[in-house]
Amino acid sequence: MNITVIHERKRATEHLSFAGKSVFDLLQQINVSPEAVIVVRNNDVLTENEILNDNDEIQLLSVISGG
Amino acid sequence: MKMACHKCAEKAVIALQHGELCKNHFLSYFEEKVFTTITKHDLLNRKDTIGIAASGGKDSLTVLYLTKKFLKKHQFPSRFFALVVDEGIAGYREHTLKDLEMFCKKQQIELKKVSFREAWGATLDEAHPKINKDTKKKPCTICGVWRRSLLNRHAREAGATKLVTGHNLDDEAQAILMNMFKANVGLAASLGPKSGIKEREGFVPRVKPLYFCTEKETRLYAFLKGFTVNFAECPNAREGFRIAIRDFLNDFEGRYKGTKQSIVNSFLEILPLLKEKARQDTTHPQACERCGEPARQTVCQACALQEVLHAP
Repeated sequence: MNITVIHERKRATEHLSFAGKSVFDLLQQINVSPEAVIVVRNNDVLTENEILNDNDEIQLLSVISGG
Repeated sequence: MKMACHKCAEKAVIALQHGELCKNHFLSYFEEKVFTTITKHDLLNRKDTIGIAASGGKDSLTVLYLTKKFLKKHQFPSRFFALVVDEGIAGYREHTLKDLEMFCKKQQIELKKVSFREAWGATLDEAHPKINKDTKKKPCTICGVWRRSLLNRHAREAGATKLVTGHNLDDEAQAILMNMFKANVGLAASLGPKSGIKEREGFVPRVKPLYFCTEKETRLYAFLKGFTVNFAECPNAREGFRIAIRDFLNDFEGRYKGTKQSIVNSFLEILPLLKEKARQDTTHPQACERCGEPARQTVCQACALQEVLHAP
């Protein structure tokens, strides 16, 4: 499936082909620690075992302070 | 599969060590944890005037909001104000300052601003190359020394008897490991929910209401409350020892939930002994001979750095 990932920290948008199922799988694929981000879809916070759908737009809010 | 809150079966927004929580139960859990920290560790009392160190990031907005809420809930008559230091870091501080100004205006919180340029005669961007040339000091070292000095001075001058900071569980776990790895027992004694080792004239005790809240919980709280937090990264904060420790801890926390909490809990068991040991050391002078701020040497580090900056 196709997923769009918006990285708050990198200020970048990534379009990727995703072979997994869950938020946890996505974070593993893009090598992001679940401790370092809040995962949001349509303003809705997702936990790690939430299932993703084709064409989902996922926002990764940075947990880490910038200072 | 959607995880359900273990208290009400609503959709969960976070999985904690003790179970999943929905939005409403998470917000209650977080606020209760902060209020219990303030009460149990005697961080604030009715007679305090409270300065709140703020930056505009998620931690400071959360601690500003919850300190105000705590004071109202417990009907404390305490005067309180936010205190922000503009270090003069181009492309960074101006963004967080804007968020902070908007937040304080909306929440009707008094905001006091001080700057490196006014206090030390140069912004951090201007001062660092000069100081680094003579001392090899990194920007974060200079920034930390000058910030702490200004926050203490301006909090005290505004009548504060406590200085609230937004330090969270991650900050503390990182500091504990950093001090351990560098064998800085003396510095470790200054940690804890209430900073400092003993009462010193001129020193405003620093307290940390978010002490038991992880960085992830704090970010989630700020998001769910709708606080405007635009991520801005300090250009000086991309490298360094703390970041290596942070990433190591996040990796460990991902694999073994509760690691950060366990580090802090273990540390709190030995903290009284560290503080007692540090109290026995009476060799340090009480005040800087230049500026009068509390100091460990005859001239405080902040004045020493300023001297290097303005040396011919």
